[in-house]
Parts: sequence; C-alpha cells; structure tokens
Amino acid sequence: MDYTLREMMAVVAAREIRDGEIVFCGTGISMLAAMAAKHISAPRSVIFFETGAIDSRLEEIPLAVADSRVMYHTALNGGLADAFATMQNRFTGSRVVGILGAAQIDPYGNLNSTVIGDYDRPQRRFSGSGGACDVASFVGRTIIFMRQVKGRFVEKLDYLTSPGYLDGRDGRRRAGLRPGGPELVVTDKAVFRFDEKTKRMYLAGYYPGIAMDEILETVDFDLDYNQAVPIPAPTGKELLILREKCDPQGLIR
Amino acid sequence: MSDPDKCMTMAEAVGRFIKPGCHLSIGGFTLNRNPMAAVYEIIRQRIDNLHLYAHSNGQGVDELIGAGCVRAIEIAYGGTGRFAPTCIRFRRAVESGQIHFEDYSNYHMTLRFMAGAMGVPFLPTVSGLGTDIIRKWGFSPEFREAESRLPREKLLVIDNPFRRQDDDPPKVVLLPAINPDVTILHVQKASHRGTVRISGLTFADVEQARAARHLIVSCEELVEEDDLRREPDGNQLPFFQVDAVVLQPYGAYPTACYGCYDYDPEYLNRYRQLAGDDDTFQDYLDEYVYGVENHEQLCRLVGPDRLRQIKAVKPQGYAAGLDRR
Repeated sequence: MDYTLREMMAVVAAREIRDGEIVFCGTGISMLAAMAAKHISAPRSVIFFETGAIDSRLEEIPLAVADSRVMYHTALNGGLADAFATMQNRFTGSRVVGILGAAQIDPYGNLNSTVIGDYDRPQRRFSGSGGACDVASFVGRTIIFMRQVKGRFVEKLDYLTSPGYLDGRDGRRRAGLRPGGPELVVTDKAVFRFDEKTKRMYLAGYYPGIAMDEILETVDFDLDYNQAVPIPAPTGKELLILREKCDPQGLIR
Repeated sequence: MSDPDKCMTMAEAVGRFIKPGCHLSIGGFTLNRNPMAAVYEIIRQRIDNLHLYAHSNGQGVDELIGAGCVRAIEIAYGGTGRFAPTCIRFRRAVESGQIHFEDYSNYHMTLRFMAGAMGVPFLPTVSGLGTDIIRKWGFSPEFREAESRLPREKLLVIDNPFRRQDDDPPKVVLLPAINPDVTILHVQKASHRGTVRISGLTFADVEQARAARHLIVSCEELVEEDDLRREPDGNQLPFFQVDAVVLQPYGAYPTACYGCYDYDPEYLNRYRQLAGDDDTFQDYLDEYVYGVENHEQLCRLVGPDRLRQIKAVKPQGYAAGLDRR
C-alpha cells in the first residue's frame, strides 16, 4: 500500500505513545499522531491541548489547538492557566508526553521555533514559543517532529526556544529543570534518539527506500549512525486508521 | 441599586476606550473567538501606536499589525493554525524592523495576566530556564527606560527561597504583571449590565479581562441578567468588571465562535494570499475593512451563503463537514 512520508511520520510517532499516557499535542501532524495512537496502540491515552481542552472527542481533525473541534465532548473545557499548571504540576506533569515541532534542532534536542538569523532583526521570523517552551520545560518526555532538510539539524541554534537536554548530560538539572527531555525525533526520512549518558542525538532508524547519505547530508553535526535499523513501513491497518478514522478529508497528510 | 446600561455600538466603545498609544490585549486564541469586529473598528478609526499584549492571538493581532496600529508587541505565538503557521503581517513587521517585539511563552503571558488580575507584581514558574527566552531581550534598554509603564526587566531568575529538599526546584523565573488599559473579549452571551458567559474554552480571557483597567465585551447574544443568573455556575465575569457591552452577531468572524459558527476557511485562505504582498494587503484592507462602515456590512459583503456554510451544528458546536481545504 502506498503511503506519504507524513503518514509514515504520524504512524512512527503514534507507535511510541503508551496506553494511558496524557498526550499534549500541537497542530498539524502531531494531532494526527495523537489521534492515530488512540486507535492503534493506546486506546486509553488522553489527548490534551494547551488551550485547556482535555480528552476531546475528535470527530474531525482540528486545524489549530483553539479549533472548536477540540472543545467537543471533553472531560473538561478549561483555559491556558489550568492546562499549563497540569503540566508543571509534579504529579500530573510526569505523566504527560509532549509532541513538538520546530524550525531547528541541535544535537541535544533543544528547539528553535522563533527566528533564523539575529533575534532583533531576523532573516526569517517564525511563530515563537507558544506553549512549546512550557511543555519542554515541564513534562516527562517529548517526541519531536522535524523536516529532514539542510539547515534544520544544526550544531548551534540561532535561538533556543524550548529546552531539550541543554548542553547535554545533566544540563537540565544544572539549569534548574526537572528530568524529562526529548526521547525521539521523527522526520520524513528517519528516527533519532538520545544517548542515555551524554544525551547526544544518534540515528536510531531510517525509513524504507531512504539512503543513509540522504539523512547524513542534512545533519550539520557529528552523528553516530552505527545503531540505525530499518523502520517498518506503515501497515495497511495503520494507514486505514489514519485515512478513514483520523483525517478522512486529507487535511494533514 | 441598578447599574447603567452599558450597551453601545462598537464604534462608540472603541472610540471611547481605545486611544492612540493604549496598552491593549484581545481575547481568543489563534482562529477562535478573536474580537474581530473590534479589531476592524480599531483599524477603521486608525488608532495607532498600540502596545499589544498577546499570548497566541492569531488573526486579530495580525490584522492590527498589518494595518499599522501597533508600535510594540509582547507575544508568545504569532500563528493562525494551518491557515498561517506564522502570522504573515507579524512576520513581515518583525523582519523589516517595523515594530518593537518581545518574546515570552504562553504560560509566561498567562501568568503575567494572572498577576495583573491578582494585583501582585509578579508570578513564578520554572518554564524557560536555560532558554533564550530568558537570555535574549527584544525591547532595548532605552525603549524600556522611555516606557515608564514597562518593568525595567523582561523577567528575572532567582533562587527558590523555599527550597529544602533535593527535588524542590532550585530556581524560579519571575514574570512581571500586566495591566492593560483595555481588554476586549468576544463572547457568546452577555447581559446589558455586563455579566459574561463564555461557552467552550475560555483560553486566558478571564485573566486578561480581570487584569485590565477597562473591559469591552462584544457578544453574539444579549440576554436578560436573570437568564444568566438562573445558572450562574456557567458565568465567567461579574457585571461590575465590564465597561461596555456591544451586541455583535458574528463578532468573531472570520474566526470561530464555539457553538455559534466556525472559522471561515475561504476568508482565511484569501487573507493569507492577500497578506503576502504589501499592495494586495492594502487592497484587502480597502475592500474588507475601510470599504465597509461596520461589521454588519462586512457580513453582508461575504454574504449569507458563506455564513450559512459556517453555521455551527449541535451537539458538536462547529460546522461539521465544512470544506476546510
């Protein structure tokens, strides 16, 4: 069965979500992944939005975290203050898995979603943190979506919007942050994870039909690729769930 | 003792409370419940030099910036969901150095409004430790010094004064309070006295409203005070907090209003196209904003067919099956 790379990304991330987890999700492909997880591997996972919607019944895919579609048949419609407090809270925050995206990522999983170039007078301005910095600061673990193109995987970010492992090892602790940090980076070509000790990114897997060079030439820092394994393509069942249950209008893929 | 009737037109409310140089915040989030009728009226009255406080107020903020009403913005997120992952006029204004800007996170901005609402000078969080949101300041020291209403510091990191155990946070970030001159909300229901009922997510509307010196509320439906008091648990703001009530059906259009109508994908897609270029953006303003006298006329301009397409259905509260490509 043919599939798009965005479908592959959504499925790869969905497979990582554990049953019963509270899934913080943003816009776009992260919503697709969270919705897919509920149908595939984690039926008791809870989708949770920074806008304050908890466990929405997503009959249609929302196009923003404030879409009225996230407000339907929830356990609770709150606001930003409760949503972020739930993640900062030491008891509930550690149960949350956050899904984030960014314009740039560095070897320690720190993210830039603010500017390319100087902060004061950037070449390219992006949306900014939104809730990303908060989520990355607070929750137990994060999954990050990135596009695998030149200029995205950089040694040094132009602006550090959201903390990963900062300068590696116990960088989070030294900065005053809780444990947590990125567990997985999912791109349109590959999957990356982080070394348990150094917290540095390594290539963990690559998609069917993708040559190693295609991945390595887009990464501007030294990357360990010796542990990389092939990632299985989405199954027919997974694709049907994405297309028929999650996004029948094809708004995301 | 009875309160005065606070009902007025949007033109009156904007004219009375929003002055050039005003510190302003607007309710809603990205593409939902932005007080668009008020935003368009501010643009029509050509009120400029605004200082905006925004968490993720997508469409309304972008149009205010594009129309040249904004001098400075403190913001967490400039985006309108899939319709503009980065708000187009916001991006252009920042890249060309047309506005002063300062970045925070959404929780930072929420806490700042909450501090303003509570009457305390700051609130703490652990969000942002180790990031450039802490290290890099957008407003120059000269700008901060000249603006006597701004705190001298963007934020401060201090040692946690209550730390005892190892797993207590060693440091906290202090976020300074915000007290806007005016906050504007668009809600589903209000009474003529100003009691407010919001359905669906409240975002940070309540904190923004309570932090402000003046509050303008536009509503889809003006209802009797007694109707709102029959089930008071659903109300968010008491009447004495509100200065002006504007009955404004479709007041959030082209953004959504839960339970009433959806966002208009056609409008937002067209906006994205036109906003990408200075000339076509001016054409957009000339036709859709300056070219109409008020929000009712904008609704007539887009026409009843479009408004019918985005009408919310029950029980979902949005336009199920709407073509959103």
